[in-house]
Amino acid sequence: MKRNERVGENLNQALHRVMESHEDVYLIGEDVLDPYGGAFNITKGLSDRFADRVLTTPISENAILGVANGLALTGNKPIAEMMFGDFITLAFDQIVNFSAKSVSMYGATHPMHLVVRCPVGGRRGYGPTHSQSPQKHFLGVPDLHLFELSPFHDNATVLEGMVELGKPCIFFEDKVLYTERRHQGGPVGDLFSLEFTGEDPFPVARLFIEDTAPELVIVAPGGLAQRAVDAARELFLQHEIACEIYVPSALYPFDAQLLAEPVARAGRVCVVEDAPPGGSWGAEVAHQLYSTCWDSLRAPVRLVHSADSVIPTALHLERDVLVSSESLELALKELAQ
Amino acid sequence: MTLTEQAPSGTAPAPLRDGDLTSLLMIRHFEWKLLDLFAEGKLNGTTHTCLGQEYIPVSLNPLLSAGDFLFSNHRGHGHYLARFADPAGLLAEITGREGAVCGGVGGSQHIFRDTYLSTGIQGESLPVAAGAALHFKRAGLPHVAVVYIGDGTWGEGSVYEALNIARLWELPLLVVVENNGISQTTPGSVNMAGTIAGRARAFDVDHHRVTSNDVRHIRAELAPLIDRVRHQHMPLVVEFDTVRLGPHSKGDDTRPAREIEAARARDWYGALRAEDPERFDRLDQEQRQLIAGVAADVLARPLVAGETA
Repeated sequence: MKRNERVGENLNQALHRVMESHEDVYLIGEDVLDPYGGAFNITKGLSDRFADRVLTTPISENAILGVANGLALTGNKPIAEMMFGDFITLAFDQIVNFSAKSVSMYGATHPMHLVVRCPVGGRRGYGPTHSQSPQKHFLGVPDLHLFELSPFHDNATVLEGMVELGKPCIFFEDKVLYTERRHQGGPVGDLFSLEFTGEDPFPVARLFIEDTAPELVIVAPGGLAQRAVDAARELFLQHEIACEIYVPSALYPFDAQLLAEPVARAGRVCVVEDAPPGGSWGAEVAHQLYSTCWDSLRAPVRLVHSADSVIPTALHLERDVLVSSESLELALKELAQ
Repeated sequence: MTLTEQAPSGTAPAPLRDGDLTSLLMIRHFEWKLLDLFAEGKLNGTTHTCLGQEYIPVSLNPLLSAGDFLFSNHRGHGHYLARFADPAGLLAEITGREGAVCGGVGGSQHIFRDTYLSTGIQGESLPVAAGAALHFKRAGLPHVAVVYIGDGTWGEGSVYEALNIARLWELPLLVVVENNGISQTTPGSVNMAGTIAGRARAFDVDHHRVTSNDVRHIRAELAPLIDRVRHQHMPLVVEFDTVRLGPHSKGDDTRPAREIEAARARDWYGALRAEDPERFDRLDQEQRQLIAGVAADVLARPLVAGETA
């Protein structure tokens, strides 16, 4: 691991590695060729090295997924890139009705090795159709697996895990994370120790304060991790409220069993996400926590999400809509009382 | 470019082989039997028969290899039977009985066997077939991806995304259009501007229109064209001007009687019988009995055990 490596560089290296070690891995998407290497440079260097397996396409998200499905059907392991995660709605049919259903609708299990990469989230001023977090729209589709990029997980492991899963995967990548530094060891936010719990290749990152019993548990996917750390740090330093943060790699299917014991111990839990309210990933996690931890909960599961609004372009307006470390800190403080 | 249609030769064609006539009749009796079973309340759900269109997959079958990937659609019984001659497996699938080719999960519209796959979403298979064709080309395999669509499928954007890519990347993709002039209940005149040929031309994709329903003529016409798809890796749209004799699914035929009569006048069934009534009646009777026996056998089987719950 390079010192001070950015998350995007780590992901780029993971793609290099998986294409190097698997001759049946294809990369397909818009503007993915060198020297551009994708709108966020995540595919940089790939077409120079693997010219015959890096396919740049017309602006046709539905066909990108269709071609990827055809490659998967004939035994390959395609990785499809959506330039912006918002555009995945144009490929919804191919993902839901073909990629996912082909695994089991023909009476036997047919492996479909397919990864769809989706840069998501706001905080870049791209406006309502280039800033969304569409994870919720893909929840609860049989055989469709959802994952999220994090600053703690090694993407080489996560990507290899998705490529080999045999079921279609969507990888949601908070685009702000690309330029942030990966965690390099040592305390996170000068305060939290990091360890992994659960099984490879998709373990859950656990951030905790040594020798302190947490009063709150925060469940945050990768895109929210830094904001959760910032909020929890302030809460501890200003108000002596200790939080434990769990950052899962796998969003769906989600196994809340790993959280059952810590949530039961703290009695208070907050699930945070970037999507607007209504039928969201957070609600799914909350439902599981109610089922597993009902007797131990001392307060309702607190959901923190963006406002029920489109995501405005202007920086100050966008800030009001999206989850910030400040708004999260306020919610956590309320929950602790 | 649009390939001009070759006029059938003036000489009388050689007699249709028994195997081809048998295949045509198997499909015809299979579809008739399905409609009977529906009427008797013995079938669940829905089904789309290919009555009148049987000659299309029967014509194509020997022009395709076992390695060619066939993508079928909602009206796919003929496509399946022409390739596999497996009425029992298909009927078991449709009725959820033991021996079902896809465990009763897929039913009429969702079949996957070897390199044959059907699905019930219009136009969805076209980009998927382009992906399979890409695999064949890159792997150096002499296979073609064949996708059956209807005239109504041209309303879907996926068709155009896939045609663009197939031409751009020079993929061995054969698009077979079964243009029966009607999309469920909506006639082509109400849902298509321009023509299929014009749409193919816009993408610089070859288009060939077949007006004959004679298996022998069709094969002679298409053999060199499919060979070009296979070896020169150029996509091709073959549009069959065909007829749907039955309803879209069960009892939903809203066409005026004279239109249905006009469709029946174009049926291959009477024309082939007239060529050699004695042989035709013999094979017709054989297939009628075969399908009746298959239906009796399959419907007596236990329901398929669910494995996906």
